[in-house]
Amino acid sequence: MLELKNVSFTVSEENDTRTIINNLSLTVDDNKFIVITGPNGGGKSTLAKLIMGVKPVTSGKIYFNGIDITDMSITERAKLGVSFAFQQPVRFKGIKVLDLIRLAAGKKLSVADACEYLSKVGLCAREYINREVNDSLSGGELKRIEIATVLARGTKLSIFDEPEAGIDLWSFQNLIQVFEDMRTSIQGSVLIISHQERILNIADEIVVIRNGQVAEQGSKDAILPKLLGTSSAISPCEKLL
Amino acid sequence: MLDEIQKRLLEEVADLHEVPEGAYNIRANGTMAARNTTANIDIISKEDKSGIDIKIKDGTKKQSVHIPVVLSQSGMKEMVYNDFYIGEDCDVTIIAGCGIHNSGSQDAQHDGIHRFFVGKNSKVKYVEKHYGAGDGSGKRILNPGTEVYQQENSYMEMEMVQIKGVDSTYRMNKAELAKGATLIVHERLMTHGEQDAISVYQVVLNGENASTDIISRSVARDTSKQKFEACITGNNLCHGHAECDAIIMDKARVIAVPQLDANNVDAELVHEAAIGKIAGDQLIKLMTLGLTEEEAEEWIINGFLK
Ligand SMILES: Nc1ncnc2c1ncn2[C@@H]1O[C@H](COP(=O)(O)OP(=O)(O)OP(=O)(O)O)[C@@H](O)[C@H]1O
Ligand SMILES: [Mg+2]
Repeated sequence: MLELKNVSFTVSEENDTRTIINNLSLTVDDNKFIVITGPNGGGKSTLAKLIMGVKPVTSGKIYFNGIDITDMSITERAKLGVSFAFQQPVRFKGIKVLDLIRLAAGKKLSVADACEYLSKVGLCAREYINREVNDSLSGGELKRIEIATVLARGTKLSIFDEPEAGIDLWSFQNLIQVFEDMRTSIQGSVLIISHQERILNIADEIVVIRNGQVAEQGSKDAILPKLLGTSSAISPCEKLL
Repeated sequence: MLDEIQKRLLEEVADLHEVPEGAYNIRANGTMAARNTTANIDIISKEDKSGIDIKIKDGTKKQSVHIPVVLSQSGMKEMVYNDFYIGEDCDVTIIAGCGIHNSGSQDAQHDGIHRFFVGKNSKVKYVEKHYGAGDGSGKRILNPGTEVYQQENSYMEMEMVQIKGVDSTYRMNKAELAKGATLIVHERLMTHGEQDAISVYQVVLNGENASTDIISRSVARDTSKQKFEACITGNNLCHGHAECDAIIMDKARVIAVPQLDANNVDAELVHEAAIGKIAGDQLIKLMTLGLTEEEAEEWIINGFLK
């Protein structure tokens, strides 16, 4: 499904370069539910952006279903079947929730069909469908709409960057159900970046990214017990002691 | 009667598909093409110059006046004066608008001054749309001016739209507000090619508790130029707010000039202006949904100007 080969991403700072993703290789198989976790600033969001083409790799190769997508634009990757829910969703003046969901679906969905996606993420569809995706939406509402756009796309690879952030406790359980349903409905792979144990718990596989590299990768049963109560769960201040 | 081109222009500027309800005056290529008056709204041609007087009786409610202008003759230039006398306690909608179709090599130009005398406690909604079409090398030029005189506790809302095809516009809007009067302006503008657009608002808040809110949203593409000038004068306890929000693209130029003049310690005047290109993350988000960069731009601009 997805293969990253020796991928690096560096940024130049004043008279220095900084390596954010460091010679990283990763394979995601078909029909897998993968959760990526790891310390803040480890490079998870950057990795997702490299896969989507939001940022260009400095070196290395990315293959999607055997096709080299390393030099493809965001649009081309999207059309091939990659979608991405941002960690910080974007707001638009004058574009309605309905517009965004229709764009995501790539066809003129009926209002009822568009509402389905909103209901799945726990928004009362009638209240939201005609609202603009602007400053008037709360952070949690915006985040749910972002998730709904990826559901509406229904692509072979769906990437979610911290989908749980800002979602209230009551809705969290439903969100997990949505991800569980997704794996059966799309027959593709889901890649979720998350710090939440309850999301890690439904993974087939867990990947730990630290310092721009894959620190660990394996089945949930192999990785999760190691994560809980080990150094990656300890804050930097404690480590200094 | 109107020909097909003129009918299309009418649709664009006044959403009119047929003869409107209520009072109207349709002007086509410099002459009156149709007029209707009602019991409460009278329309009289001026004797000394080109234009009309629109007289609306006290207490006229839920009525509308359409006064569209269409020009489809290359080389046509006109200057028109329309005066609106709106009585007290009215609630009316006035729809103006000008469409120019120029397929010739000479310039076609419509200049108009609209003056509004708004009576006490009256509520007026004024909509003005500009549209240019035709592929001639002659320019489509529109220079509209408005002068608004609002009496006590009157409320006026102005919607000014120019989205397509007008090569050059100089818009001068003046307003004077008495006690408790409110003026709201929404301007939406898009320029492309080598177009040039200037809008100037000069609002004087004379009366106690007078207030105004002037909001402009614009998009400048290609090598077009725009200038937005908002001058608010506060001579009493009053509130004034002006906002210019512009998207700049290609090699365009946008100038926003604020001027606030407070003559009273209780005058509260605010000006905000933001000019910038389309936000990169907005483009990226729409591209992740499968849109090309150009399609994403169109969506963002259309939304912004809605
Ligand atoms: N354009 C950039 N210039 C400089 N540093 C950058 C740039 N983009 C990202 N970084 C840095 O790269 C590192 C990785 O960032 P990234 O957002 O990928 O982390 P993350 O693993 O998603 O963290 P979090 O869990 O907090 O979301 C951070 O230290 C960040 O400051
Ligand atoms: Mg992140």
